[in-house]
Amino acid sequence: MRALVTFVYLFLYAPIALVVLFSFNAGRSASEFTGFSTMWYGKALGNTFLITALQNSLMIAFTSAVLAAIFGTMAALGMQRLSSRGRAIFDGLFAAAIVVPGVVIGIATLVALVEVFSFLNPALASIWPGDKPPQLGLGYGSIIAAHGLFSLALVTMIVKARIASLGRDIVEASSDLYATPFTTFRQIVLPQILPSVLAGFLLAFTFSFDDFIVAFFVAGSKTTLPIYVFASIRRGVTPEINAIATMVLVASLLLILIARVLMQDKTTKTQTGE
Amino acid sequence: MPLAPDRKRQLTTAALVAPAGLWLFVFLVLPFMAMVVFAFGERAPEGGYQAAFTFAQFANLPSRAAAFWNTLMIAPIGAFLCLIVAYPVAYYLAIKSNPKYRLVLVSLVVVPFWTSLLVRTYAWMYILGSRGIPNLLGMIGIEDVRLLNTPGAVLLGIVYGYLPLMIMPIYVSLEKLDRRLLEASADLGAKPVSTFFGVTLPLSLPGVMTGVALVTILLLGEYLIPQLLGGGKVFFIGNALVDLFLQSRNWPFGSAIAVTLVVVVVIVLSVAMRIAWKVSGSRQVDLV
Repeated sequence: MRALVTFVYLFLYAPIALVVLFSFNAGRSASEFTGFSTMWYGKALGNTFLITALQNSLMIAFTSAVLAAIFGTMAALGMQRLSSRGRAIFDGLFAAAIVVPGVVIGIATLVALVEVFSFLNPALASIWPGDKPPQLGLGYGSIIAAHGLFSLALVTMIVKARIASLGRDIVEASSDLYATPFTTFRQIVLPQILPSVLAGFLLAFTFSFDDFIVAFFVAGSKTTLPIYVFASIRRGVTPEINAIATMVLVASLLLILIARVLMQDKTTKTQTGE
Repeated sequence: MPLAPDRKRQLTTAALVAPAGLWLFVFLVLPFMAMVVFAFGERAPEGGYQAAFTFAQFANLPSRAAAFWNTLMIAPIGAFLCLIVAYPVAYYLAIKSNPKYRLVLVSLVVVPFWTSLLVRTYAWMYILGSRGIPNLLGMIGIEDVRLLNTPGAVLLGIVYGYLPLMIMPIYVSLEKLDRRLLEASADLGAKPVSTFFGVTLPLSLPGVMTGVALVTILLLGEYLIPQLLGGGKVFFIGNALVDLFLQSRNWPFGSAIAVTLVVVVVIVLSVAMRIAWKVSGSRQVDLV
C-alpha cells in the first residue's frame, strides 16, 4: 500500500518536475537535456507580449479577488441575518456559480454583454456631447466580472463556514458588555474571520490567475497569461513555455501554501475550542 | 426621526448582501437568461444572433452527438478511474499514515489542484508527445507508438488533473470515521477484509459519492484536457462550444448546446445528491 501511495505522489509531481527541469535546458530540445542554462527565462522575460499578458493577468486577478473578498465577506455576514427563504436563494445562486461549467459561464457572459453593448453603444453615441463617444466592449471589465462571479461564491462559502464555527456566546458577551454592534464586529468578529477572508482572497486570486476557459470567451482583444500560454502551446512545445510554466507554478504554489497555512490556523483553533 | 432598531437592522442586512446579490443577478442570472433566449433564435447571415423563436437549434443537436457521446462516456469513466486511484491514497492518508506527517502529505495532494491545469496538462503533452515516451520506446526498438491524441491520453490527463479533487472528500469521510468501530469489528473476529467491506467502505460512501459527483460534473464542462491531449480527435462538449462560438460563430446553436449541457449537469447533480442523501445526511466537502 505504501508503494502504491508513493507511486501516486510520484505520478502527481514527476510531470511537473519534468517541466521545471527542461525549462533549464540549454538546447531547444524537449527530450534531451543538453546542459544547464537560464537563457529561456531571459528570453521569456524579454518577451513583451508575455509581460503584457502577465501584467493583465495580475491586474485582473487582483481586482476580481479584492472585490470578491469584500463583497463575499459582506454577503457571508449578511446571509446569516436573512430569512431562511432569502438565504436559500443566495445559497442556490452561489452553488450555481460554482457548479455551472466555466465554459458555460464564459458563453453566457459573452452573449449577454455583446447584446448589452450593441444596445448601449448607439445610445451612448447619440447622447455623447463630443465627437468620439466611448465604445464599450469586451476586455478587462468583462473578465473581472466573470472571474469575480466564481470568486465571490468561493469567498462567501469559505467565510460562511468560518462564521458558522464561531461561538455565538462571545458575540453575546460583547454586547452584554455594552459594545455597539460595530465595535463587536470590529473587535470580536472581524479578527476571527480575517484569516478565512485572506485565504478566500488568495484562492480567488489563484483561480483567476490560472483560469483559461472563462477568459478565453470574454477577453475580447485582451490577452491573459493562460491565453498566451495556450496560444504558444499550439505553436509548438519549447523550453520558453516551460520557463513561463515554471514561473506560473511557483507563483500559484506560494499563494496556495499561504492560503493553506491561514486555513490550517483556523482548524487548529476550532479543534482546541479556542 | 431616528430609525427603529428593526428597520435599521433590515437596512444593514440589505446593504451587506446587495453587492453580491447584484453581481449574481447581472453576471449570472441575466447572462443565463440571455443564453436561453439566444438558444431559441437564429444565426444571422454574418454570424452571431438574429431574433426569432424557433426550436431549430435544439432540433439540430444530433449533429453534435459525437461531442455529447464522448463527454457522457469519458467523463464517468474518468471519474471512476480517479476513484480507483484515489481511494487507496485517501485510505492510507486517513488511517495508515503517521499523524505527524499527515498534514504535510494531505497538503501535497491538494496543492497541485490549485496550480494551473493548463500547465499540468502541458506537462503530459510533453511526456506523451513524440519526443517523450514514444522516443524512449523507439530507443529500445519499439517504434511508432502513438500516445498523444488518443482517448487513453485524455483519460490519463483527467486522472492526473482531477485526482486531488477525488482524494479530498474520501479522505475527509475516512478521517471522521470512528476508529473504535474498526477495533470492535476486529475484536468480534472479523478479518481485515470483512472489516473493510463491512465497516470502512460503507461509512466512506458519502465521500466517494461526493468525489465522483464533483469530478463528473467538472468533467462535463472540460475543454483543455481533450483539446491538448485529444488533439481534435477526442473532443468534448466544451470543445464543440469553443468551435461554435469562436470559430464558426454560430451563437444560437452554441447557446442551445450550452443550455443542454447545463440541463445535463443539473440532472447528474440531482441524481448524485439523491443517492448521497440516501447514503448519509452529510454533504460537506472541504476542498481546501
